[in-house]
Amino acid sequence: MTAVAEAGAQPRAARGAALDRVFEALCFGAATFLLTALGGLVVSLAIGGWPAFERFGFAFFTSATWDPVQEVYGAAGAVAGTLVTASLALLFALPLAFGIAIFLVELCPPVLRRTIGTAVELLAGIPSIVYGMWGLFVFAPWFAKHIQMPIMMSAEPGTIWETITTGVPNGAGILSASVILAIMILPFIAATMRELLLTIPAQVRESAYGLGSTTFEVIRNVSLPFVRTGAIGAVMLGLGRALGETMAVTFIIGNAHGFPTSIFASGSTIASTIANEFAEATGEAHTSSLIALGLVLFLITFAVLALARLLIGRQAHA
Amino acid sequence: MLRKILIGVAACVALTACSNNSDKAADGKAAAASVQISGAGATFPAPLYAKWAEAQKAETGLALNYQAIGSGGGIKQIKAKTVAFGASDKPLKPEELEADGLAQFPTVIGGVVPIVNLPGVTPGQLKLSGPLLADIFLGTVKKWNDPAIAKVNPGVTLPNLPITVVHRSDGSGTTFLFTSYLTAAAPQWAKVGASDAVAWPTGQGGKGNDGVSGYVKQTPGAIGYVEYAFAKQNSLAHASLQNSAGAFVEPTAESFAAAASGADWTKAPGFYLLLINQPGQNAWPITGATFILVHKAQADAASGKAVLSFVDWAYAKGDTAANDLAYVPLPADLKQLVRASWSTIVGPDGKPVFTPAAQ
Repeated sequence: MTAVAEAGAQPRAARGAALDRVFEALCFGAATFLLTALGGLVVSLAIGGWPAFERFGFAFFTSATWDPVQEVYGAAGAVAGTLVTASLALLFALPLAFGIAIFLVELCPPVLRRTIGTAVELLAGIPSIVYGMWGLFVFAPWFAKHIQMPIMMSAEPGTIWETITTGVPNGAGILSASVILAIMILPFIAATMRELLLTIPAQVRESAYGLGSTTFEVIRNVSLPFVRTGAIGAVMLGLGRALGETMAVTFIIGNAHGFPTSIFASGSTIASTIANEFAEATGEAHTSSLIALGLVLFLITFAVLALARLLIGRQAHA
Repeated sequence: MLRKILIGVAACVALTACSNNSDKAADGKAAAASVQISGAGATFPAPLYAKWAEAQKAETGLALNYQAIGSGGGIKQIKAKTVAFGASDKPLKPEELEADGLAQFPTVIGGVVPIVNLPGVTPGQLKLSGPLLADIFLGTVKKWNDPAIAKVNPGVTLPNLPITVVHRSDGSGTTFLFTSYLTAAAPQWAKVGASDAVAWPTGQGGKGNDGVSGYVKQTPGAIGYVEYAFAKQNSLAHASLQNSAGAFVEPTAESFAAAASGADWTKAPGFYLLLINQPGQNAWPITGATFILVHKAQADAASGKAVLSFVDWAYAKGDTAANDLAYVPLPADLKQLVRASWSTIVGPDGKPVFTPAAQ
């Protein structure tokens, strides 16, 4: 009786082990495939951008000159534009996204929960070119009339406030690009935050309420600390998207090379410069400078993700 | 549920695609020449090439697959021989053509028009000269009521508005033509130079013609530049320009045609000619043709023949379509000159791939 059972179990176990090995190999293959693709991408960007690095040296990172006629290129203006717009976008989107997520999970009446949740997810599905067109034709004129003009007119002549608010009063520039970016990354952060808050066990929250905490106290002292690690990841996801966003920014940032000197000034980002010029770039210096810009963007994104990992790691140990 | 719907849709698409293909094959056989040619390049002539292709497909069965990827891309692709012809708004210099064994010829004429947003000034009422336009785009003339502008516009009430310069942000044949004009018309523009993208000293960059016109429309006091066809189709407020004869002209089909007919193409090897500042009382000063590039030595004679017969058909029967879409057809004598130049485009046997019928 026992012998029969053992004989039956033996081949089953062997088969299971074999299947397991195949499964492991497949998973390993999937992971290494991605790594190989990533490595290949970095290498080809480096090779493509090498002539630019060779020709301009370190000045490629410090100069804001971008002159296709003289064939002199520097990435500083685009890098500054990218960092400024992405950080401002994050600054605008973060409180809103957290507000949306907390409302949906903790406070929202069940009837509204689905509607608002779906609306947030729909926002994430709108193609970026639509944001660009909407930004240029609808948002920019409104922004110029109701935000930019009042601010510009309230600035005292000769003050630093005037310097950082000068610009063309048509709603195109660094600040409006940041606002559009904020709207674009909002659903990503909000949706991820909502999922995170939903993972909090009901007992944890209910215990806090049971101890007499107010809603605000529960959120501040229980819910948010519980999801802190994941929340950093959600924010970095949003930041990564803001750094690389192309079309919408191209339409509304005003596309001027060089350092932006005011929040209403025209600027450019790495992605918008590549989108604008790659199709028509014929000279080697021009093409390789654009590819080198791509590599710089990759490095910035990588640095942001690495920073996020570092923060998450520290939190996990604390 | 959603998945089922998606699968259903995909299946339907696949089925229709298949049945379309078999239809096409049948049509092709019926119309003798079932040749497919591929081209890539400039976006400016793309709507017209599409229209010509549609008409020819119905008439001769010749199918054109044209990818509007930009002039730079078109030049790269024809050099790499991945397409039967490349298209560019920016002509290649004769020595560049020589180096890659390419032939080049114009297909249709277009031009660039300055557009303005000036409250109280009607379209065409504002007059500008080349040097004035250069000063505006350099940022040295900053206000519309500047004495330099007022001098050429007697009787026009110019507002006390700052000038906002709007240029193309993307690399473009339009920018190439516009900056080439400024280089030719104003010595002070030399420090910026002419190319399909330049280091603009001032202003904002809009993406594409619609980006530029969007900014101009939304900004009182703005000046920009767009393709003539785009300006006409969208009825944008243009400025008049002073041509080389000293006359102020408006951008119309006639003034573009005048610029084209005033040019001496016989002295332009490889048809390398920008129709900038052409002589003639009525000539629009920022005019240019768009070009097609093919290899002089055709590895596949049939494909070379198809490209040239496509253009030959367009020269013969495509003028109405061009006019409808606000392009300017080439003058008849130029068409003859181009047809004659095709004798240098030969197949593997050394014979010309296409001999146009006598017109």
